[in-house]
Parts: sequence; C-alpha cells; structure tokens
Amino acid sequence: MRVGVVTFPGSLDDVDAQRAARIAGHDVVALWHGEATLSGVDAVILPGGFSYGDYLRCGAISRFSPVMGPLVEAATDGMPVLGICNGFQVLCESHLLPGALVRNDHQRFVCRDQTLEIRNAATPWTASYEPGQRVVVPLKNGEGSYVADEATLDVLESEGRVVATYVGANPNGSLRAIAGITNVAGNVVGLMPHPEHAVEDLCGPGTDGLGFFTSLTAVAAAL
Amino acid sequence: MVAPLVTVVVDVMPKPEILDPQGKAVSGALARLGFAGVDGVRQGKRFELLLEADADGSLGAERLAEVEQMAATLLSNPVIEDYRVHVEQAVAQTQGVDA
Repeated sequence: MRVGVVTFPGSLDDVDAQRAARIAGHDVVALWHGEATLSGVDAVILPGGFSYGDYLRCGAISRFSPVMGPLVEAATDGMPVLGICNGFQVLCESHLLPGALVRNDHQRFVCRDQTLEIRNAATPWTASYEPGQRVVVPLKNGEGSYVADEATLDVLESEGRVVATYVGANPNGSLRAIAGITNVAGNVVGLMPHPEHAVEDLCGPGTDGLGFFTSLTAVAAAL
Repeated sequence: MVAPLVTVVVDVMPKPEILDPQGKAVSGALARLGFAGVDGVRQGKRFELLLEADADGSLGAERLAEVEQMAATLLSNPVIEDYRVHVEQAVAQTQGVDA
C-alpha cells in the first residue's frame, strides 16, 4: 500500500514511522503539514514528537494544519489512519477519536519498554496480532494520560474500541489503563506507545511493533 | 478613524474532575515553602485578546459570540477544560497623527 507519513514542525518520529512502514513492505510517501493534499495515499500515519512545540495543548495547533482538512475527510470516509503519541493527541484534538491526553499523573516524562495487551485485533493497524496477545514496545511521553468521561470509557470498552491496554503498573495514569483506542468504524487508531521503534532487532526491545504496520497488508489482501 | 481596542480575557481551567498534576505540584511546593492552609491549587491559562471594538469602545454581541467560538474551538479543549470570557477594559489609543 501507499502509506503517507505527515511531518509537522516539531515531529520527531516521522522518519522512524516511514522506515517501519517501508520494512513492512509499503511504499512510503512523505506528507507535509502545510500542504492540503494526501497525494493519493491509501493510509496515513501521524507520527510522534512535539508538533508546534506542544504550544497551547499537545496537537491543538497541528489539528488546524492544511493537511488535516483532507485527512479528516479521508478518515471519515474510512481511510486507515494511525496516530502515534503526538499523532494520537492530534486525532483527539481533531475529534476523530474521543477523549483527550493530559499530563502524566506522576508529573514526570516516562521512557521505558512497555508491555501492552492487544485488545482489538480487527483494525487495519492490529490485524496481524491475536486478541489478547502481549507485545513490548517503547513508551515515551510527558502527556500520555488518557482521559474521557465515564460514559465514554464504558462505550469504548463495551464496543471493543480499546485497541491496547498497559500491562502491569500504569505508566502514566491513563484511565482504565488505555494505551490505544479506535473510532466507531475502526479505521482510525490512536496509540500512545511507539511500535515504530520496535521493528528491527538491532535497536529497540524487539520487533513486536512491526505488526502495526504489516496489518495494513493483511487488510489490503482481504480487499 | 482608527477603531478603539478592547482587551478581552479568556480564562481556561482544567475541568474539576480532570486531574491537574501541575496544580498538585505547585500545591506541594507551596507547602514545602511553609505556606499553610492552602487546600489546593488548580493551574489554568489566561489569554488576552486585543480586539477592534465599535466606535463607542464596546464589543457587539456578534463579536463576543466570535470570541466564544475562538475559546471553544482553539483556546480550550472542551473535553478537559472550561473557559470563561470577559471584557477587561477599553485600551486608550493614541490618535492618528498627520504626517
């Protein structure tokens, strides 16, 4: 598939996301926040980092970038979109995903290898996994605490829209240990941890993260 | 004729039910400094918008509604924050000087 990776001013993990998509067998297209086009890609990744310096709120200014117009439209029409870390924050600010991400409850930046449980293996970003499978990928955030009101949390859980949860001690105070969620249609996924940093044996905790990017291939094959 | 300017303030605060780690840290620091009787601190943001007002120095209902819209769409995230808009003061402005 042709996978676009958006670079915002302040994106850090765009090149790693491109690399992960390439290793998973995709053609990668670099997208620029300032251009209101998706260049005909089949899926989009919003990478991690500190877009616009996290000014105002994480993701709040990126949400109004020119590229977000066509992206929101495409996402609403069913295009697979994955937001990682800052990308997750952008998706919440865009209201493509419910809830918000706020400062870690312990007030410190966290950077560690994190075990996750894949709770929904039916999305275009998690189809390579088995439900209940445990994976280890890096987690690094200062504002990664997922919050939403109780009713929203109940809906997310009952509809199977919690994509991944933290295993063990809650690393950032996320409600119900939520590490990632998806929208009603299941095509938009937000994830606080970083699977793109776990796609090669040479560096990172292993290759558990690769499945997030190979999942697209499985989805494309099924079409 | 130069339009008079008015400062409009938008206060943004985390919703009461949202954990505010920054406020908590400030509260802890105040206690360590020996300030007693501080039961809690919530930290928010204050925006001061300099707006062109009507000729009489007032802001019409339409302009105020626009500020509400700014506050709701960009300045705050309604999922986690509340906002409050108030007109602070008319800003005295120097008359245009002919060259």
